[in-house]
Amino acid sequence: MSERADMRSPLGRAIGLGSAKEGVAHWWAQRLTAVALIVLTLWFCASLVALVGAPRPDVVRWLGEPLPAILMLLLLIVGFYHMALGVQVVIEDYVANAWLRMAALVLNRFAAAVLAAAAIYAELRIALGV
Amino acid sequence: MSPAERPLSPHLQIYQPQLTSVLSITHRATGLALAAGSIALVWWLVAAASGDHAFAVAQYFWGSWLGLLLLLGWTFSLFFHLCNGIRHLAWDMGLGFELKQVYLTGWTVVAASAGLTVIAWIAGLAMWSHA
Repeated sequence: MSERADMRSPLGRAIGLGSAKEGVAHWWAQRLTAVALIVLTLWFCASLVALVGAPRPDVVRWLGEPLPAILMLLLLIVGFYHMALGVQVVIEDYVANAWLRMAALVLNRFAAAVLAAAAIYAELRIALGV
Repeated sequence: MSPAERPLSPHLQIYQPQLTSVLSITHRATGLALAAGSIALVWWLVAAASGDHAFAVAQYFWGSWLGLLLLLGWTFSLFFHLCNGIRHLAWDMGLGFELKQVYLTGWTVVAASAGLTVIAWIAGLAMWSHA
């Protein structure tokens, strides 16, 4: 042990290493999004069934209506967040190599952000008519 | 000291598959399948926003046998993940931990996700034949 290491108090060394009362944040967000997705996915499935075989103008008109547009945006935001949280747990459980794990965790977040941004942009473009 | 020299606890290949463990791993597998399926949703929305040609290409693909097979898999994955997810939320509230209840809710999830998949596809194919 060097002199420098001893300069820090036991409390100082411990801060930031424990849960710091935020350990449950990931778990809670996963459940909160899950509850919201019960309603959103059932609405989405019913809507998609009703749209089977519909020509593009019908689909675009439907996606442009206020309620479907708002629910679709909610589905995308909540769904992709839930996806990122879930895939993160699978990576943390199964990818043992530290570098590979870090790369996978970063890629997971980036992929979720890119997919969400593309879908939200498409929905907004239809809903706002631009 | 090498970690490989220590005795290991029995792992997957030792145990006979049980409903509980099979549903648990299926929850993960369907979750990952849905993550892959989200690309299809993005494609559909972007195609709808882009124009007639892009939408026609997407519609042609989802109407092909490969597209329909993928959609069938994602339909079941979604309903299974939804039903078993509700089961998980009940557990989170401390409900349904008795062995009998675990098996009852487990089989209910299997039946409900299969039933919902069949209902959705009968309704969807009926819509398709009228389109």
